[in-house]
Amino acid sequence: MQSESVVTGKDVAVGDELPPLTLPPVNRTLLALFAGASGDHNPIHIDLDFARQAGMPDVFAHGMLGMAWLCRMLTAWAPQSRLRKVDVRFAGITHLGNVTTCRGKVTEIVELDGERCARIQVSTANQFGQPKIVGEALIALA
Amino acid sequence: MIDRKWIGHELPPSSLALERGRLRCFAQSIGETDPLYTDVSAARAAGYTDLPAPPTFLFGVELESGTTDELLKLLTIPLSKVLHGEQGFTYHRAACAGDTITVRSRVVDIYDKKGGALEFVVKNSEARNQGDELVAEMRTVLVCRH
Repeated sequence: MQSESVVTGKDVAVGDELPPLTLPPVNRTLLALFAGASGDHNPIHIDLDFARQAGMPDVFAHGMLGMAWLCRMLTAWAPQSRLRKVDVRFAGITHLGNVTTCRGKVTEIVELDGERCARIQVSTANQFGQPKIVGEALIALA
Repeated sequence: MIDRKWIGHELPPSSLALERGRLRCFAQSIGETDPLYTDVSAARAAGYTDLPAPPTFLFGVELESGTTDELLKLLTIPLSKVLHGEQGFTYHRAACAGDTITVRSRVVDIYDKKGGALEFVVKNSEARNQGDELVAEMRTVLVCRH
């Protein structure tokens, strides 16, 4: 598949950091739009009354919104056609007003099914440094 | 307590026809700025048949079909108690506008921690296109807080 080459195998070394991606603060409009676009209509993310009845102080962001942002950082670094795997754990709730920054760091160059891949430690955190997502990705190197 | 008898349970398949408008709407909602996710000519220039589904989009196929809601009912997990614990994707080929994606899932594990205060449901899924080609595998861990 032809795609614009952001990274090549020669460029990538263990310890390299991906350009971080910082998002605008989470607000209710964003959560409503993401609920519709993603198909996740759980009212805990969009309906304050429901969230309070569930024991939460307010609505909060979908975990998958954070993961989508994380993948934006990855596909800005290398084309999506080279993304082989991404596995994350949701470590904390992203609240209204949180400003998320996504980060990635190459931890290893590995061989996977005959392909050289960069193993990337990925994470997101809010403006207070509280972790929200931790995990790793594998990206094939051209 | 979630009944452990559901370990091994296979969910009914869910299909979603990928539409340009929907994929653009998703890309815009996550703030995606790369034109290949919104502009068909940019997508084609990058080698895709049409607008590609962004990496996490296919998680929504079973939400859209109602299969995820049905699973929660089956497991007696209230919507107000469920959290997303983990999510994984393994990619095999692109899914683009014009494709119809079918997701088939199975509950592969149910376990608890903290003396039952938290219960975990692990679901493995396969997403295939209209040609029955494997597009992606997904692994989801749902958490029920008691």
